[in-house]
Amino acid sequence: MAGAHKFDQVEYYKPEDLLALDYRPPETGWMDTPVDFRPGTWIYPGKPKHLEYLDLANPRQWAPTDENWKLPENWKEIVLAGIKERLEKYRSFKIFMDICVRCGACADKCHFYIGGGDPKNMPVLRAELLRSVYRNDFTTAGKILGRLAGGRELTVPVIKEWFYYFFQCTECRRCSVFCPYGIDTAEITMMARELLNLLGLNVNWVIEPVANCFKTGNHLGIQPHGLKDTLTFFADDIEEVTGIRVDIPMNKKGADFLFVTPSGDFLADPGTYTCMGYMMLFHELGLNYTWSTYASEGGNFGLFTSHEMIKRLNSKIYAEARRLGVKWIMGGECGHMWRVLHQYMDTMNGPADFLEVPTSPITGTRFEHARSTKMIHIVEFTADLIKHGKLKLDPSQNDLLKVTFHDSCNPARAMGILEEPRYVLRNVCNHFNEMPENTIREKTFCCGGGAGLGTDENMEMRLRGGLPRGNAVRHVQQRHGVNRLTAMCAIDRATLTTVCDYWAPGVKVAGIHELVANALVMKGQKERTINLRLEPINEVEEQPICEVEE
Amino acid sequence: MAMFKAGDIELEIDEDGFIQEPDKWTEGIATALAVTEGVDDLTDRHWKLVRYLREYYLKFGVAPMIRKLCKDTGFKLNEVYEMFPTGPAKGACKVAGLPKPTGCV
Repeated sequence: MAGAHKFDQVEYYKPEDLLALDYRPPETGWMDTPVDFRPGTWIYPGKPKHLEYLDLANPRQWAPTDENWKLPENWKEIVLAGIKERLEKYRSFKIFMDICVRCGACADKCHFYIGGGDPKNMPVLRAELLRSVYRNDFTTAGKILGRLAGGRELTVPVIKEWFYYFFQCTECRRCSVFCPYGIDTAEITMMARELLNLLGLNVNWVIEPVANCFKTGNHLGIQPHGLKDTLTFFADDIEEVTGIRVDIPMNKKGADFLFVTPSGDFLADPGTYTCMGYMMLFHELGLNYTWSTYASEGGNFGLFTSHEMIKRLNSKIYAEARRLGVKWIMGGECGHMWRVLHQYMDTMNGPADFLEVPTSPITGTRFEHARSTKMIHIVEFTADLIKHGKLKLDPSQNDLLKVTFHDSCNPARAMGILEEPRYVLRNVCNHFNEMPENTIREKTFCCGGGAGLGTDENMEMRLRGGLPRGNAVRHVQQRHGVNRLTAMCAIDRATLTTVCDYWAPGVKVAGIHELVANALVMKGQKERTINLRLEPINEVEEQPICEVEE
Repeated sequence: MAMFKAGDIELEIDEDGFIQEPDKWTEGIATALAVTEGVDDLTDRHWKLVRYLREYYLKFGVAPMIRKLCKDTGFKLNEVYEMFPTGPAKGACKVAGLPKPTGCV
């Protein structure tokens, strides 16, 4: 695969090389096959300054390719004590360690295994990397029979293997859908990463955002005046498109609701267009809402670090809601954020008894399912508006777009928000086609870049992991001329752009509220001739979409 | 951590070649960093972009949105790639001594 390009560049990888998949296992048994840190398949370690800032263990310079990882002297003791503590603290962890019968239902469900062929990316075997140590040191059979009972001793090569493979899991939980026991593989990965963190083993693509979030309120390190500057820039572009100047309420005390979205929406295209969509919708409805410069991050890379870190980062949202005196909270189009908000926030940082059950000021709908968290997803809010006929929409404004929808792993599998985005899309565009059944809804395929894996030095794994999704996109591109993949997740919008450019070139990525805002007929707007990307809405795009197969 | 040498200055760089102490950036360092990006000659157009990034960073502490960079400098995105083949985030930001953006980007 060598050439003029480096391993962190897409051009370095030839599709025919990546597609030459060999699913045959290696000659040696899995316990005797050491990990190979080849470039393009692992992520740079967390920089010591970020570990120090967060009071994390063992900050130092090191590289996975080093022989000596500079582990603490008593590293083994630390890890075994860490496992013991977590087995006692988390009942789910104990159960997931015990109940797997190695039936293999999950084996071919992982995007990394499908696109890579490494047997240790079968979820069952990836979990076995940790489970084998559990058996050896925490079960009677393992203590007596060792390897015969599937146990193995915890050694430095085992730790290296954990680092490699638990950062080749995006915690997407597709495998869990197929597990007859419902083992949550993401939780196993989370536990393994917690244990690795006890030794100072983590990746910079996770730890730097976590440190930034702690310092400035968001993963990207955007400061209050920077956020204001960014939203003002969006308002300028919105005015160019619509002739309307939208408000930018920030840190507004007494607003009805606080709005929180992933900070990727403030920096990276195409998420920025989605952010403009939120602003236009709220303005058009005259909502009394506010942005926050303190809780300026919906995402939570603590989820990819430890439970303690999830809690530390998440605490800002309720704290800010309380400080501003809002009634409830709304969240934007983020993916993993919804696992945290839906499943951890209430018990970690709640109860939010100072807030009210979210109620739409436009339709009067009470979102009873959010009774405990007091936080709803913008797409359910918008779906409710459309259902009640409260939005004037002209779907023909999106007529150049042939749309499909990628269910983001966490909104789909962690909160079950499957119908609302489709309902909204069908109302804001005229051309919508689903990808194959086995690749959407609960069975959706990951983008390959979630859980802190979406960095360029990990490009080979991103392209491999993105193959199943890219293949499904390619299918609807050829069949229906699809040229726009929509998704409700900032990591998706960033990494699926690369996946589509590679596996389904010609398809671009967008958030749902970008399309909503394009179709939204605003009071007093000028005639719309350009969309939020400042592209003409009625002309043929410069590049032909693709060859349509009949 | 690897070191980057430019004249008599020595700076720490990360795996991607970004300098770790943005405050120590000088135009001489920019010229030397540009060579690592395959840009042997920084023209006035390059400098316009680099100085814009530098000023934005000093004011806001982060890199700007690419759209904002294009709008404020008047360069189209493809022109940015012509100047810095690895693009605005990796190439131009590195030369301007900015940290690499991380997160959902």
